[in-house]
Amino acid sequence: MKKLLSLTLALLMVLSLAACGGGTAETTEEAEGTETTEAAEATETTTATGDAFKIGGTGPLTGPAAIYGNAAKNGAQIAVDEINALGGDIQFDLRYEDDTHDAEKAVNAYNTLKDWGMQISLSSVTSKPAEATSVLNMQDRIFGLTPSASSVATIDGKDNVYQMCFMDPNQGTASAQYIAEQSLGTKIAVIWKNDDVYSKGIHDTFLTEAADRGLEIVSDTTFADGNDTDFSAQLADAQTKGADLVFLPMYYQPASLILAQATGMGYAPKWFGVDGMDGILTMEGFDPSLAEGVMLLTPFNADSDNEATQSFVAKYKEQFGEIPNQFAADGYDCIYAIYQALTNASATPDMDAATLNDLLIEQFSSMTFDGLTGESMTWTDGAVSKDPKGMVIQDGAYVGMD
Amino acid sequence: MKRSMTSRRTNLMNYATYLLVIAFFAVITVMNSSGNLSSIMKGMLVPICAYSVMAVSLNLTVGILGELSLGHAGFMSVGAFTGVTAAVALGNHVSSAPVRLLVGMVVGAIFAAIVGVLIGIPVLRLKGDYLAIVTLAFGEIIKGIFNNLYVGLDSRGFHISLLSDTTNLDPDGTLIIGGPMGLKSIPTIATFTSGIILLLITLVVVFHLVNSRTGRAVMAIRDNRIAAESIGINVTKYKLMAFTVSAALAGAAGSLFAMNYTTMVANKFDFNTSILILVFVVLGGQGNMMGSIIAASALTILPEALRSFSTYRMLVYAIVLILVMLATNNPTLKSFFSRKKKTDVPLDPDEPGDGDEGKEAV
Repeated sequence: MKKLLSLTLALLMVLSLAACGGGTAETTEEAEGTETTEAAEATETTTATGDAFKIGGTGPLTGPAAIYGNAAKNGAQIAVDEINALGGDIQFDLRYEDDTHDAEKAVNAYNTLKDWGMQISLSSVTSKPAEATSVLNMQDRIFGLTPSASSVATIDGKDNVYQMCFMDPNQGTASAQYIAEQSLGTKIAVIWKNDDVYSKGIHDTFLTEAADRGLEIVSDTTFADGNDTDFSAQLADAQTKGADLVFLPMYYQPASLILAQATGMGYAPKWFGVDGMDGILTMEGFDPSLAEGVMLLTPFNADSDNEATQSFVAKYKEQFGEIPNQFAADGYDCIYAIYQALTNASATPDMDAATLNDLLIEQFSSMTFDGLTGESMTWTDGAVSKDPKGMVIQDGAYVGMD
Repeated sequence: MKRSMTSRRTNLMNYATYLLVIAFFAVITVMNSSGNLSSIMKGMLVPICAYSVMAVSLNLTVGILGELSLGHAGFMSVGAFTGVTAAVALGNHVSSAPVRLLVGMVVGAIFAAIVGVLIGIPVLRLKGDYLAIVTLAFGEIIKGIFNNLYVGLDSRGFHISLLSDTTNLDPDGTLIIGGPMGLKSIPTIATFTSGIILLLITLVVVFHLVNSRTGRAVMAIRDNRIAAESIGINVTKYKLMAFTVSAALAGAAGSLFAMNYTTMVANKFDFNTSILILVFVVLGGQGNMMGSIIAASALTILPEALRSFSTYRMLVYAIVLILVMLATNNPTLKSFFSRKKKTDVPLDPDEPGDGDEGKEAV
């Protein structure tokens, strides 16, 4: 009897939680400031409602890569709010679904969005999920513009999937070029994750370009999922071989541990990261002073004098309480690029996904776009061309190196 | 008299399981043809079949053989990687998708079976929980191997390299397994129909095995190893047989699963996936194949159905899981059902430890 009672109580708890969950969902949708949310909720069909363009994206909103997903989502949300506030003919309805950085979940998230009636897709935030969903974009003829999925396979062979970020190989090449041109180091160590597409892609091209540029790689060590908490062996190898610059092509979580452990063993080389390092400053429980002097290559500088950037950073700080990273800026740019393309094509929300798809392909293959992450961006075969910026972390903030 | 009644009830249960699968297939087919099936449901049909096969095959090891395996996803991984390689290699010669899928699943099953035998030979001789430890390590090793393996195919044949990509393919060649990049450009030829067929074959194999002389020997070993040995049952042989069948079926399921997606990485088949499958088995009831299928389907759909909870999704999922575990082990409910069924729940070795593992996985 007692057991039954406790079971009933537990059930009640779940129901009350469910009520909480429902409540928050409603408030966020109200915050979107569109009048279409009710209609969207009521009719879960694939036909457009006719009031706003339905834009959907998947990203890791929970789990170890959550900073990226949430940043891209928040950045896109700010852009959507701004555009909707203008009150023009083009209104957006944005919905993000969680894919926990897993291809299987991403396909489910994509299908959920398709059922919701998504007309334009922001693809996926991270590479591997995007490779899985971009195929669906291609099959379903729904235009996709990914903020940050940088692998080659994301856009390879798909005519309607575009990237807002650099491709992985470009990052490795650009990093090696940058280090050589600025003569940042003579003996270079690389620590990379050998079971990760992103890390491997950058590592391989970095090594090729470094060899061409005459950079000396003294230490090349790896880690993998599961043994990514202790880096003493890799760091000791770099230290004993006298590396004065360590290149870290990886996401910010292992990088934060490497920085902490290097400080612990009194090893202070120059650190050089890529865009995955972005986010390290806002990581919970990380002491930003450890990242002092870390250099990274990213297309976005939150300290820029650019008026648009400053307004975006201010809004982001106000709404989400932190300095936006590159992913947030990419998300923001995606929405504005789509906005520009739709305006040029005089598209209307009652068009179906396939029609919009053709219009957007036509626009994206010919237009030039100025955004927060670069000026006069153009696209060829889905890949974007823009210049990376060298950043260095000073007093807990990014400062441009040029 | 008692024996015949028991076997009749078991047979009834088996037929009910077949019927359930066929009814599920019929309902989905009707819904699909009348356009009532949502995209999200369509996308989950093949994974549901694959996970069901995984759950049933693991149930053979855990429920019937009584050995704990914590690396079942490893066999899935072996099946996925070898099966896809076979299907891609066949792509140049055979255009029929079902044939390639079939060959892929068979190859996946064979390789998984070979690996199963290799692991089983040393481990299944031992008494105690060694299999759990070894399979746990096996899952990690397989993940490590596939993360560093490069397999390419061009006109000169297969090229295999480890650690770094030294396959030097011709321009027309394709890199099938690309180390950490995993399987690339997988032909997505898995269909719901093929998934249901695989599930039915799995059920036929498992039910026939359980009801055969071999099955009875296996269960005798589970119930009392010493007694089984004393009447001349070759313990290692029968254990190995059941374990290998379980591994082979998991390999076929892995092959099916991978061919539903364009890309698949070795990290997908990690410890968490193994535990997830174990949760299906524990939740559905050890030795209860129908329960495994229902649990696998329900727990695959549940996280997607809870999307409306947004951030609280996984929390609600965990709570639902705990509640179901509590409810299925609730003595009041149990006595209610057993009063209906009167006697005989043939296979239910209630181990309190299993419930805890279920919660950990969440």
